[in-house]
Amino acid sequence: MIDKKTIEAIAKLARLHVSDEEAQEYSTQLAKALTHFEQISKINTAGIEPLVTPTEVESYWREDVVSQEFTADEMTGNAPDRAGNLFKVPPVV
Amino acid sequence: MDLTFASISEIADAVKSRKVSAKEVAQHFQKRIDALNPKLNAFTSLNLQAVQDADALDARIAKGEDVGLLAGVPFGIKEMFCTKGLTTTAGSKILENFVPPYDATAVARLKKSGIVVMGKLNQDEFAMGSSNETSFHGVVKNPWDLERVPGGSSGGSAAAQASRLVAGTLGTDTGGSIRQPASFCGIVGVKPTYGRVSRYGIIAYASSLDQAGPMVSSVKDAALTLEVISGFDPHDSTTAQKKVPAWSQSLKADVKGMKIGLMKEYMTGSLDPDVQKTVENSVDTLKKLGAEIVEVSVPMTEFAVPVYYLVAASEASSNLSRYDGVKYGYRAEFKNLSAVDLEEFYSQTRGQAFGAEVKRRIMLGTYCLSSGYYDAFYNKAGQVRRLIMEQYLEAFKKCDVILSPVTTAPAFKIGERVSDPLAMYLNDIFTTSTNLAGLPGMSVPYGQSQSGLPIGVQLTAGHFEEQKMLNVAYALEGASLVKGKHPHVI
Repeated sequence: MIDKKTIEAIAKLARLHVSDEEAQEYSTQLAKALTHFEQISKINTAGIEPLVTPTEVESYWREDVVSQEFTADEMTGNAPDRAGNLFKVPPVV
Repeated sequence: MDLTFASISEIADAVKSRKVSAKEVAQHFQKRIDALNPKLNAFTSLNLQAVQDADALDARIAKGEDVGLLAGVPFGIKEMFCTKGLTTTAGSKILENFVPPYDATAVARLKKSGIVVMGKLNQDEFAMGSSNETSFHGVVKNPWDLERVPGGSSGGSAAAQASRLVAGTLGTDTGGSIRQPASFCGIVGVKPTYGRVSRYGIIAYASSLDQAGPMVSSVKDAALTLEVISGFDPHDSTTAQKKVPAWSQSLKADVKGMKIGLMKEYMTGSLDPDVQKTVENSVDTLKKLGAEIVEVSVPMTEFAVPVYYLVAASEASSNLSRYDGVKYGYRAEFKNLSAVDLEEFYSQTRGQAFGAEVKRRIMLGTYCLSSGYYDAFYNKAGQVRRLIMEQYLEAFKKCDVILSPVTTAPAFKIGERVSDPLAMYLNDIFTTSTNLAGLPGMSVPYGQSQSGLPIGVQLTAGHFEEQKMLNVAYALEGASLVKGKHPHVI
């Protein structure tokens, strides 16, 4: 069952801060949804390979040629903070 | 020429033959956006260069250059698509200021064919929603009734198209996000076979389900737009290496001898009487036109909603882990701290910038993928997903196209379902199985509720059988009871 403690554990795994109020709300909502979703447990799926991609993925080969589609400036241009072409982050311990 | 209601091909032909300039077209639709968007909130940002872009196109036409199939056609692009130099927020605060350095392949192909991008269109945050109420940019209104939702997640695209703020739009569909808003707003929306359209440059939500498609005013416009955006893309290994048929040129309303499947599972349960009537009317029409109606069965669709949400949330929790406040997007304020814990840095950033529905799905997905629950939820959902697809493939041995409702009821009121996520999730009952099986599906306007809201019917075909689906839609469009009707807001 999903209680507030479980929500806090999942939030830590997801690197997602949730407030006490949100944790309470999500525990009720997710418990309700998962109880409904658990109905799939009654389906016999013995020996069935899970489907990951619904249509066939064909191999694609190209020449091993280096190309530059973006500049370093373009790639770092949306960073919240940067130093030249480097991503800048607060000091971390 | 009535630009407002002209078809995509009419506009393109007129521009190419210089009966009207691309600039005049862009200015006409810009005026419409300025006048009507404040009521609808369909656009989140405008391309300030749209008229200049159109002018440049006119200059090329004057020089005798071939500017493409969709010359000068004004398009709106869902926020989910990266657009070079234009903000792409995915409806989220976490991408509030994100300006991509490149175009998504679908957008690049449209541009190459001569469209003019008028701006970006509102959507549910990260395409998570069935009502367009979860966007950072606010709720979009349904142009048929401003108190109602336009559907989600491509609600901005649907509302803009229905009110003719543009001549064409692009949407994305992970569990029905093109078809459901198309039905709610009375337009044509097509989700092609998984792999038809490249996902390169589309903000990833659930990678094995996401597909892009046109949301336009007619079946012919849909076929034409689909031709332009489809095809193999070296940037996306899941795109099909198949030739793209000329769907628009092969369109025919002749359904004589075609087998239309009715899924018995879809016609039971609590359908709104107006939706039921619309589906029945469409079946009668197809019978009259010479189609054969056959009953088919895909019993596992009963489990499509749980399987969809388990798969989609799991993939979303993984895809959205890239929003960490380092490389792009929002970052929580840490200026006054000399040092922070790295996990705190990530979680504060993500906690502050993601909305409630996105957080809910990340939590659900993380739970399903966590140790001890993976087999019971994610793996099990994948197994049931295979059963759903196999049953569909069996059904398509008996019929060409399956006809069904798109939604259980017409557009609901804003705020009506936001407090109960499960009730909102169950709203997707008729659309999600198509994505799970990777099949093409579409909504075509066919009926109307007693209060005047549009109602679409859904057509689904086998993998890469878009032509059959488009032909049936073309036949239904000709007999549609809402043909020629326009939203009150116009």
